[in-house]
Formats: sequence, C-alpha cells, structure tokens
Amino acid sequence: MVRTPALLRWTLRLVVIAYLLLLVAWPVSLVVRNTFADGFDALSTAFADAHVVHALELTAVVALVSVLINVVFGVTVSLLLVRHEFPGRRLLSVLIDLPMSVSPVVVGLALLLVYNPRGGWFGEGLASSGVQVIFSTPGMIMATVFVALPLVIREVVPTLQEVGDEQEWAARSLGASGFQTFTRITLPSIKWAVIYGVVLSLARSLGEYGAVKVVSGNIVGRTQTATLVVEERYQNFDQATAYATAFLLASAAVACIVVVAFLRPKHSVS
Amino acid sequence: MSIEITGVNKSFGDFVALDNVNLSLPTGQLTALLGPSGGGKSTLPRIIAGLDNADTGSVSIEGVEATHLPPQKRNVGFVFQHYAVFKHMSVAKNVAFGLEIRKKPKAEVKARVAELLELVHLSQFADRLPSQLSGGQRQRLALARALAVEPSVLLLDEPFGALDAKVRKELRDWLRRLHDEVHVTTVFVTHDQEEALEVADEIVVINQGRVEQVGTPDELYDAPASDFVMSFLGEATTLGGQLIRPHDIELSVTPLVVGGVEGVVSRVLRVGFEVRVTVLTDAGEEVVVVVTRTAARHLGVQEGRHVWLSPAAGAVTLPSAGLPAGTALHAV
Repeated sequence: MVRTPALLRWTLRLVVIAYLLLLVAWPVSLVVRNTFADGFDALSTAFADAHVVHALELTAVVALVSVLINVVFGVTVSLLLVRHEFPGRRLLSVLIDLPMSVSPVVVGLALLLVYNPRGGWFGEGLASSGVQVIFSTPGMIMATVFVALPLVIREVVPTLQEVGDEQEWAARSLGASGFQTFTRITLPSIKWAVIYGVVLSLARSLGEYGAVKVVSGNIVGRTQTATLVVEERYQNFDQATAYATAFLLASAAVACIVVVAFLRPKHSVS
Repeated sequence: MSIEITGVNKSFGDFVALDNVNLSLPTGQLTALLGPSGGGKSTLPRIIAGLDNADTGSVSIEGVEATHLPPQKRNVGFVFQHYAVFKHMSVAKNVAFGLEIRKKPKAEVKARVAELLELVHLSQFADRLPSQLSGGQRQRLALARALAVEPSVLLLDEPFGALDAKVRKELRDWLRRLHDEVHVTTVFVTHDQEEALEVADEIVVINQGRVEQVGTPDELYDAPASDFVMSFLGEATTLGGQLIRPHDIELSVTPLVVGGVEGVVSRVLRVGFEVRVTVLTDAGEEVVVVVTRTAARHLGVQEGRHVWLSPAAGAVTLPSAGLPAGTALHAV
C-alpha cells in the first residue's frame, strides 16, 4: 500500500470531521440541547399534551403498518425481479426507483388526484361505499408506503443475486416445496438485508413529512403526525414542544440503527 | 432401466443445448456425461432433476413419467459444481434437511445423519458451519446431503470442477468406492476424459447437444464411433489421412515396411518417460508420434533426421473426415 503523506492525511481527516460536524452533529446536538434546556420540562409538557401524544401514536401506527406492507411487497418484488424472467422486468425495476426521485409533495398531490372524495378517480366510488382515504389514516399509510417503497427492495435484490439460486434448487431437489424453500433457505439467507431494509424504511416512514402533509390535511388531534406537530408548533412559537417532538423522532431513528449494529453478527455471510 | 430420456430438445435462445437426445441409463450404474465445455451436457442432468424443463421430449425415472413433475417429487439427488451447501446451517443440519422435510422421526434422522457423515468422513465436523470447511469437504457434505434422502438417481454436475487437481483425484477415487458401496444410479457430468475413463461404468459422449457415442470406457477408446470421440478421448493425430493415436505409430530410421510414410523430424519434446516427436511428412502432414525415451535414444531421433512412419499392428484408425490434414488434436 502506498502511504499517503502525513500532512495530506491529517488535512483529509479534518475536512471530513469538520464537514460532518457542521452538517450533522452540531445541528442535531442543538436540538438535543434545546430539548433539555430546562431539564425534562419540554419533554413532560409534550407528553402532557394530548395532541402531541396522539400525533406520536399516529406516527407509530402509520410507520409500522407501512413498514409491514413494504417488507411483504418488497421481498415479493425482489424475488420476482431476481428469480424470474418476464417481459417488462427492466421497466418494473425502473418504476421501483421512482419514489426515490419524485418529491414527496408530488406523491401527495398524485394520491390526492386519484383518491380525493370530490373528483378523484377512485375517491368518489370509495367515498360512496364509506371508505375515506384522503384526510385519514389509509391515505397517510399509502403516502408513506409510496415514499419508502424502494428501500427494502434495494437492500434485498443485491443479496438475492449474490446468494444465487443453487441453494434453493438443492432444497427443491431434496423434497422441499416452494414455500418450504422460501422459509427455510431463502429467508434465512436474506435475513440481514431484510432487517436493514426494515430499519431504513422505519426511519424513513417516521420522518415522512411532505406527502403525509398533503394527504392528511394536517388536522390537529386527528391526522397530525409527529413531523407535522414539529412544524406546526415551531411556527406557533411553542418551540419547547417542537424540540421535544423532534428529539423523540431523532431518538427513534438512532435507536433503530444502534439496535441493528449490536444485533448483527460480526462475520455474517450476507 | 432407471432413467429413460426420449427425444429431448432444449435451446436457450439461439444456443442448442440438447438436440434430440435419446438415452437409457440402467439401474445401479455409474455413468459419465462427457463433452467439451459449453457443449450442453450440463443441461441434461438439470432436465432429469427438474431444474430445467425440456422444450420437447420426455423423461421417466424408475418407470415413472417425470417430464412435468416438480423437482421435489422426482426423488433425485443433485450435487452442484459449487456445492450449494446451505450456508446458514451446520454440517449435520445440512445432511438432515431432506429427512426433516419428509418429517422423519428425530431419532431416525439423527442415526441416518451420523451414518452418512461417517460415510463421507465428516463426523468430527458435524457442528461446524460450511464456511469452516474446505472445498473438498463441502463437496462431500453436498454428496451426503443428497444421499440422505435415498434418491433413486444421483446427479452430479461437474462435481469436482471447482477443486484443485490433487483433491479432484482423491475425490474421484472416493466417488468410485462410494458407488461400489451404495450402488445408487449415478450420472455425473465432466469435461475431463481422464476422470470419465477412470470412474465411469459407461460414458455418454455429448458434443454440440448431440449424443456422439455411448459405451464402456474400453469400447469408446478402442472403437470410437466418430473422429470427435477418437480425438476427445485421448490424443489423436493424422497419418496418411487417417486418425490414429500417437503411440500407435511405429517410427523407424530406415524404410522397413512397404507403404511407410517418409518425413523429417521437426521437433522433439521430452515429457517425463515419453518423447513426443513431431514429423513433417513429404506429403505436408504434421504427425505427432509418441515413443518411449529408451526407444528415442536407441533410434537416435533428433531434429532434421529422416524417418519412416507406419501404423502399428492392431492400431485403431479412422478416416479423418472433418479435420484438416496435419492437425494434431489434444484432449482437453
């Protein structure tokens, strides 16, 4: 290995550290500092506020259901993309990346156009049969599923490709059915990719703002999620609650990552 | 007959992997599917096992029509070139897989796994993960796993292809001995003619998707049906427009026999106990002759020397139809 000169090495390190410090660590630490500026007051005030508690609960429900849907759908689509040849496969692969490149606000508007009870393509029919999508939880889940859609797939697809299909064929030739092969061979070998996908989509779903804001209508105490609370309280000079809620959102995401870092075996195959 | 293959065709796009293959393999025999790499021979066991479907034609295993059966209903053991062991399971769990799928009682599974690990000499590694085994050990594990379910047919796709030469040789001998013990109908794919000649009861030579010849190693070597078989199994050279084995040519420094071909030695190469002499005949053919070192020294063979060549008595020769004169073919 060629040794980089010491001066260059230290300069590079300093640049990286300064960059991360200014962009990530310092702003986030300010949120933490502001949250605890008056000890636990901000947090206890936030937890005493029924609207904030409802928002946190709603966020948890929306995030969990979205992650569940995305895991089932993501693993299925990954298997389809990697293990099967069919016309339009490349098109599907491109479509799956779409939510990554489209602004969440556009996603929200698009859902509104389709499911709006007044004038939406499906919305009117659904509304007349008593199902309300827009301005209620189903719509918020749909928006969240949409924006987090590629995360599980992008984790699982490369792992499936790397593992190959020979173990699956071996299991089949040993008498395992398609379902047994999936649960006993495929799933264990992509386990860590799925877990990473879950963590990423959970973090993404907890933090979703734009799409949810459009489809939820941001109704306080009913369809307001935690991210919407942060924005609304901050605008209305209730900064303590805004910081406390922001802190809770950030902690949940960090907790996910830490848990996985500890769970993951050091020499795992995938 | 254990396996009956009738009129099987298989193409991948433009590539014809199998071209109207008809084959019947008797029970309890060790058969080699031999052919050059990329000749479509690996497709056949995959179709027998149900990992691929034939475009047309049918497969029956032990008298049961199996063409459209899913792989798990065929009772066929399959061993892959790259082992395909289950990486997240211990050695013992790998072997137990097929038995657990069949819901055999725990005690029976345990006994059978122990017996099989004994058979493949892996007993002391029962609790290890496959990643802690060498390539040869992994392949033996894959074999034990396939044998555990008592398949009616055992298929091995280039089983030793990914192993180094020494381990290859060991495993080859071991497979032969194992087959003598277990007697399961076995088909293995190889591109290595030495491996096929040494291990198999019967060899099926496949080239460009077609069966060239079926026979015992001796039959194929002594009575090759085509110039392809002759040149693929062992070495062949042309003498007077006839394909002949280089060691079946007699070389002399005087015109001994009537009809002997005259030429000049253009190259002498010593390989261990034998000497490979390249002779450029007056007719413009380049002939390779193999003689022992002793003979070469006795005759005084050296570059530029005039020699006469003639087929030895009882030598196998074939008219070299498709081969340009002067091409020396070597087995891959």
